[in-house]
Amino acid sequence: MSGHSNYQPTTRFGKWLHERLPIMELIQAQGMDFPTPRNLNYWWTFGGILATMLVVQILTGVVLAMHYTPHVDLAFNSVEHIMRDVNYGWLIRYMHANGASMFFIAVYIHIFRGMYYGSYKAPREVLWMIGVVIYLIMMATAFMGYVLPWGQMSFWGAKVITNLFSAIPFVGDAITTWLWGGFSIDNPTLNRFFSLHYLLPFVLAAAVGLHIWALHVPGNNNPTGISVKSSQDTLPFHPYYTMKDLFAIVAFLVFYMAWVFYSPNYLGHAINYDPANPLVTPAHIVPEWYYLPFYAILRAIPDKLGGVIAMFASILILFFLPWLDRSPLRSFKYRPLSRVFFWIFVVVCVILGFAGSGLPDNYFLSHHAAPADGGFHFTYKIVGQLATFWYFFHFLVIIPLVSKIERTEKAPASITEAVLAKAHDHAA
Amino acid sequence: MRKIFIIASVAFAALTGVAQAEGVLPAKGISYSFEGPLGTFDRGQLQRGYKVYKEVCANCHSMKLMSFRNLSDKGGPEFTAEQVKALAATFTVKDGPNEDGEMFDRPGLPSDRFPSPFANDQAAKAANGGALPPDLSLITKARPGWYGTINQFFNGIGGPQYVYSVLTGYEEPDEEMAKLQPPGKSLNHYFAAGPWIGMPAPLSDDVVTYDDGTKATVDQMARDVSAFLAWTAEPKMEARKHLGFMTLLYLAVFTLMLYLVKKKIWAGVPH
Repeated sequence: MSGHSNYQPTTRFGKWLHERLPIMELIQAQGMDFPTPRNLNYWWTFGGILATMLVVQILTGVVLAMHYTPHVDLAFNSVEHIMRDVNYGWLIRYMHANGASMFFIAVYIHIFRGMYYGSYKAPREVLWMIGVVIYLIMMATAFMGYVLPWGQMSFWGAKVITNLFSAIPFVGDAITTWLWGGFSIDNPTLNRFFSLHYLLPFVLAAAVGLHIWALHVPGNNNPTGISVKSSQDTLPFHPYYTMKDLFAIVAFLVFYMAWVFYSPNYLGHAINYDPANPLVTPAHIVPEWYYLPFYAILRAIPDKLGGVIAMFASILILFFLPWLDRSPLRSFKYRPLSRVFFWIFVVVCVILGFAGSGLPDNYFLSHHAAPADGGFHFTYKIVGQLATFWYFFHFLVIIPLVSKIERTEKAPASITEAVLAKAHDHAA
Repeated sequence: MRKIFIIASVAFAALTGVAQAEGVLPAKGISYSFEGPLGTFDRGQLQRGYKVYKEVCANCHSMKLMSFRNLSDKGGPEFTAEQVKALAATFTVKDGPNEDGEMFDRPGLPSDRFPSPFANDQAAKAANGGALPPDLSLITKARPGWYGTINQFFNGIGGPQYVYSVLTGYEEPDEEMAKLQPPGKSLNHYFAAGPWIGMPAPLSDDVVTYDDGTKATVDQMARDVSAFLAWTAEPKMEARKHLGFMTLLYLAVFTLMLYLVKKKIWAGVPH
């Protein structure tokens, strides 16, 4: 892992440490000298942005945990105590709540970037799969975090999601009871969710460590998708990418802070400012925006167990992406048909998000119910079903087929050639 | 401008995230001083609003998250510390147990929470025809006045407007509606679970007497008390907007500087 540096300790302490723990060499080799393709664009900065968001979430979360009380009678008020009486508590909480959304915005861009440039293809399959694991841990963590303020949507969201497990044949009810720690969602549930919500980010951090390790073995992919061929193709990570990433991270912070300070509750649900009440069901239970596409898939299948399977399958299918894509080229830059279907897929994911946001029997993008006359109506449910079909069709049919039959465009011989051609275009 | 957004909101009701019950009207789009990235509360309005809350709302609604001391906090109604002390002392608070194990009454202190009108939710329901008057601390953040993903992005959720609209939205049912009227309920098309609401019209002209000479019309009181409730729901709003302005200014300059640094480092490096 430390093959890229000529680190020589210069001080006596440096020598002493180097013989015992060559950590300075590791930092120099992997954090500074690491050869990085010279043509990475700004879509590649989201890795650094995600690392930053993880740190922000952990730091704000640790402070929140100092003031929060995981008890059904006290949780809601302890959050308001943070908002009202803890010094800058309102800031810490709004940073944490909006930070979750920013984390997901960044991760979705990061995932789509990987899909577009073929970053999942050999030799980066393990890197990609660790990424999918990270995404799964993120979803679990965010879900449990949303339960902690113990508002109405916290409670009922937890109820809907944990109830999904009861669809499992034979043992479903037993599993649900086990998850709840009782026969309903109550104090034991809140307690374990708090415990796990505190634990999982550190598991996530460890997985991120593996993700970076798996990145540093084959090195970065790049917009051309062509492997690095010579040292001409690369630049040292520092100062080129440290400064480019830092610029992008701070620019992202501007976006993030605009939410925190000027629209801190927009991405949440108003009803979560009502304390949890097991006796009053909200008119419409919806998950946070970042789960909506999967919620749409869940609801698209008329059978409960089928819906649960489809929902989990929609994420697990990502594990197989490296082998579903049969193309000899990585980047969609030289794969015109894949490119078209990529953008269709992005649009379908957005449509799925909207499909998950409304009442199933309302007309799509409206709050008027369609008549229950058995006829065809363009409802949230129908749109969700069509988009769900396309989601799986994309992975199971389009990608294997298109990657096999498409006529690729001519890719440059090397990164350097691509870069020089681009420089030439600029000059002309 | 707001009109345009409200009209647009109907078009974009479209991109609604949450369904609105049929027959419930979106809140009236009135404006407040505290809207926008630089808006602040009107102290006089919050002080008037507190009076309406104290003399009208507090007869049935609790406000458990607020303490008397908050009334002198910066960014709120900003009563003086002496005023708050005197005000708190007009309430009687149960404290204890003392050394003899007895509960006792004492005058209120600034550190006391606003006293609740009923001993518990059951008592509140029993006194209000079975309907629980909700705690008002967070009501303007918990009740949207209108919906629509894009509408709410530009106009907020309309919580204060919701409260204003309910308070000013009582109607005499016509003959048709009167037949449907449940006993003890009033007609209000702005009430989220409406159109029948358990709360009788709480405001009528001059039901309170303002200390600053403002005429206490129903419209005025509804505006004042909804502004007050916007503050109780988000008491750190002014601090937030102020710090936000400074933070974004700092980050914008920092971003620009980093961009220039990045540009200089990459100058002459084909990429």
